[in-house]
Amino acid sequence: MAIASYAAPFSVRFQRLLTYRAAAFAGFVARCWWCSLKLMIFDAFYTSAPNASPALSLAQTISYIWLAQALFSLLPFCADPEVTAAVRDGSVAYDRLRPVDTYTYWFARAAAWLLGRTAPQLVLVLPLSVVVLPAIGLGAWALAPPVSLVAFATMLLSLALGVSVAAATMTLASAFVVRSGDDRGVNALMLTLAFVLTGSELPLLLFPDWARTFLLLQPFAGVFDTPLRIYCGALQGHAIVYALALQVFWVFALVVLGRRLLASALLHLEVQGG
Amino acid sequence: MNALRLYGHYAAASVRAQLQYPGSLLTTAGGQLAATAITFLGLWARFDRFGQIAGFRMAEVALFYGFVNVVFAVADSITRGFDVFGPEYVQSGQFVRLVVRPRGLLLQLFGHELRLSRLGRVAQGAVVFAWALTQLELAWTPADVATLLFAFSGALAMFCGVLVLQATLAFWTLESLEVMNVLSHGGVEASQYPVSVYRPWLRNLLRYVLPLAAVTYYPLLSVLGRVDPLGAPAWVGRLSPALGFVFFGLTALLWRVGVRHYTSTGS
Repeated sequence: MAIASYAAPFSVRFQRLLTYRAAAFAGFVARCWWCSLKLMIFDAFYTSAPNASPALSLAQTISYIWLAQALFSLLPFCADPEVTAAVRDGSVAYDRLRPVDTYTYWFARAAAWLLGRTAPQLVLVLPLSVVVLPAIGLGAWALAPPVSLVAFATMLLSLALGVSVAAATMTLASAFVVRSGDDRGVNALMLTLAFVLTGSELPLLLFPDWARTFLLLQPFAGVFDTPLRIYCGALQGHAIVYALALQVFWVFALVVLGRRLLASALLHLEVQGG
Repeated sequence: MNALRLYGHYAAASVRAQLQYPGSLLTTAGGQLAATAITFLGLWARFDRFGQIAGFRMAEVALFYGFVNVVFAVADSITRGFDVFGPEYVQSGQFVRLVVRPRGLLLQLFGHELRLSRLGRVAQGAVVFAWALTQLELAWTPADVATLLFAFSGALAMFCGVLVLQATLAFWTLESLEVMNVLSHGGVEASQYPVSVYRPWLRNLLRYVLPLAAVTYYPLLSVLGRVDPLGAPAWVGRLSPALGFVFFGLTALLWRVGVRHYTSTGS
């Protein structure tokens, strides 16, 4: 069956990433450090001007930061490193020989790369925030429960779309690498865009109000800013439906764009090595 | 041949090698510039919305930001040898080649590479620092200039110490420890804001364990002519950068322990 030929490479890569325990531990320590810094800095900012952010309160920001840090590895900050390596040493030719659709194959592997690095962080960071912090009397700094069960379910749906946006963005970047034969320019651009436009550096609602329409409409907002706004109640009612529709639109647009670019790049593919 | 001249040869060779690929150098330096400029965008957006943090204006925080980014970029450019020490020297057994040469080990590792791409980050930090100076209109005294230079060298020593520590741990772990990024990159992030905004546990960590506050926060407060909100006397900032050198000295001692523990590998 066709699905199996994409599910298998997904699960192989996903499971292999789960075995890197030292990397998971390093990521966990880094996430805790960054959460501590960001929470204290935002607390000081909100204390300076309590009414400066009507769209996102301090309590909402705290939940947003915990989830954004736990989901940090969903950032599509580069082209798929294995595709880049394959383009460089010529083993991209093997991928072309497989009797599968190259785009779907790379998309599935990109999704596995994103999820395989995110899963251990979720397992480590969320219990710390939800269980340990309240237990030691730091409940005010902890991740709050979702605003409602419906919001939680909608958040999960939106997050699944977010993973698709991220995987489609990565595969689009991989197609650029195939086309240009070099990853540095694409990766430098992706790194810069991903950190700001996903809301990882700063929740999108905290940027100046005049930039908000653009920031919420652009594709990177769909990675985790949209699900997190649903979770903490900054996005409610009909607006949720529009936000989900926008995510679907971006998945569709990025996949179509990625497919076309990859198809034209593969027509002129030069296989290196020997 | 004295050590400084030898390092000059290492550095010149590294620079020549990188200039062979000017396009690649420009791309990576531009990437560094863009990636760090973006963090400043985040900082600017915070001040645009909230106005100030714990009594500090944006220009004052920008001075912290510019200073620590320039220092860290310089440290990052000269410590590549320590960053890749685990995989490139310990795992492969290449370290033996350094040991048999009649020159200091730390010197040889500092000579591993002088990464010009970090100039992108130096430029970005320097621009922010210069902008902050135009906004603040400080009355400079010779003591202020001396404090700034002392703080720069102390901070450079401290960040190099973090990398020496990372390389030392690689004698046992054989890998490059990503956890140490918390102290280097995480340290830069932490010292962009006044230490007074942090809770006591984190503040004390930054003051007494990793002497980051001693090489950035206190000396810059002296230059700004501000009183420490936490009540440290004014002379602290004039002397505290010395702790950066103490930190480096301690990591150099640990490094010797690591070298004695080293057993060769490879073929």
